[in-house]
Amino acid sequence: MLNYIKLIVLAGVALFALIAANYARDVAYMVNALTIFLITAGLFLWTLRNTDEPVPPKVRELSYMDDVVRAGVIATAFWGVVGFAVGVFIATQLAFPALNFEWAEGYANFGRLRPLHTSAVIFAFGGNALICTSFYVVQRTSATRLWGGNLAWWVFWGYQLFIVLAATGYLLGATQSKEYAEPEWYVDWLLTVVWVAYLLVFVGTIIKRKEPHIYVANWFYLSFIITVAMLHIFNNLSIPVSIWGSKSVQVFSGVQDAMTQWWYGHNAVGFFLTAGFLGMMYYFVPKQAERPVFSYKLSIVHFWALIFIYIWAGPHHLHYTALPDWASTLGMVFSIILWMPSWGGMINGLMTLSGAWDKLRTDPIMRMLVISIGFYGMSTFEGPMMSIRAVNSLSHYTDWTIGHVHSGALGWNGMITFGALYFLTPKLWNRERLYSLSLVSWHFWLATIGIVLYAASMWVTGIMEGLMWREVDANGFLVNSFADTVSAKFPMYVVRALGGLLYISGAIIMCYNLWMTVKRAPAVEAETATAHATPAE
Amino acid sequence: MDTYSALRHFADSWGLLAMFLFFVGMILWIFRPGAKRSHDDAASIPLRNDTAPAAARAPEAPAQK
Repeated sequence: MLNYIKLIVLAGVALFALIAANYARDVAYMVNALTIFLITAGLFLWTLRNTDEPVPPKVRELSYMDDVVRAGVIATAFWGVVGFAVGVFIATQLAFPALNFEWAEGYANFGRLRPLHTSAVIFAFGGNALICTSFYVVQRTSATRLWGGNLAWWVFWGYQLFIVLAATGYLLGATQSKEYAEPEWYVDWLLTVVWVAYLLVFVGTIIKRKEPHIYVANWFYLSFIITVAMLHIFNNLSIPVSIWGSKSVQVFSGVQDAMTQWWYGHNAVGFFLTAGFLGMMYYFVPKQAERPVFSYKLSIVHFWALIFIYIWAGPHHLHYTALPDWASTLGMVFSIILWMPSWGGMINGLMTLSGAWDKLRTDPIMRMLVISIGFYGMSTFEGPMMSIRAVNSLSHYTDWTIGHVHSGALGWNGMITFGALYFLTPKLWNRERLYSLSLVSWHFWLATIGIVLYAASMWVTGIMEGLMWREVDANGFLVNSFADTVSAKFPMYVVRALGGLLYISGAIIMCYNLWMTVKRAPAVEAETATAHATPAE
Repeated sequence: MDTYSALRHFADSWGLLAMFLFFVGMILWIFRPGAKRSHDDAASIPLRNDTAPAAARAPEAPAQK
């Protein structure tokens, strides 16, 4: 019966997508409509062929739903490499502008590729990492199978569709021009539906948990899911100009729009890239260290302090703008208070290793997790400092900001995701161990040196251009033109691209290692597998 | 009073107080006597049920020690 409803819905969507492609007012909209048509038409045929076939027996509650997590691991690794590759390319474009090819003008120039890079690494790589690890962690820490059956698959594939629609839209010119919220209205609507399903699966699993307590990692994941839903809806309140076109108009305007955007933007950092990834930290660090988290009390204080404070920090993006001073001061003060929960969390993660510090020498995965926490501490120190109005007057609009973002994104988000992927792959594919630990070490050092090159060159160029912009001569005239700063930055831009190249080399090594783990590493023997299944009393 | 002023007034008075009290209450709650046992139990959640849900085990083995 369900299949008949599915067929009607799919046929309806496919037909509407075709009509939309016919009436499309812009190329991006047409390509997106055709994409949706192809997918729904394919799904229609597939569902039709499976209708009224004998139904396989329902999966019982005796095993975890890991196939969707496996798909998530593959998607994370894939989008990671794609996002890093676009990043390296646009970094090279900045150093060598000739790479903005004449023949690809309007499609593959820096302006079009830059949102593709940021969305690919944050939402495709980071988002898939968050979705698949949260599905893994919530099942283990609730001791129950995912709620909702195939709804988890809808979350996974719906999210991939969101990524593809957004990415093709960017290249063809569909954008709201809001940082990290570029996708246009219909892509936003799709994400809202997917996100509600994600929330349902996650909360449903927590509700039917077999543990009396909700483990702290799930609190972080849940706050990430709920807050991102709220941020996404409020920052994307827009009215489409036409149902047949991608263009939409924001409901807010002026400084209200700017404030909503940075309330969204900074909490995308605070809840997507921090709270969600802290959920990963609170699970994978104790697992890899094989000991419980340093202080559970501290983890609860960390959680409440972080979510109470982060939500106010957004206005520090709008110093010296039309935003009232009291609002940007509020943002600045809350950013500085954030030092405490951030460092409390960092200490909690690091001290989990107390008594097991030798693992740093022997276990490259542990090393990866620990350096990610180190970068978390570093970038959460740097961020509040840059939010201070006086420092911001130097750092804002310079490459220092880009360096800061990347020490957080490459160091904290990237490294902890790599650590989680190395942890998950042998478990999910039932392998005894990784294919090669020395390749993990190679990845570790390539990535670390890459980040150091990236961050250091951006500090130098950022502070340099900040100082050059404000330099005035004895008569009060500006000394440097904008082009002077651009040419002065050239060597640092080359170093930055080199850092990115090292980082992506590490990620490619990781993909090879994970692939070979699945193909070559010895499987866990049945004996030990069942031995593990019995509870440790 | 217009909506902005009313919300602004609420935010820096009762709203602020409620959040502050919640936060202080949370701190006091986690340091309550006897919390250590439940915290230790919660902290060791990731170290069990690694390969199969609790339902897959014999019913006499409860989730917590």
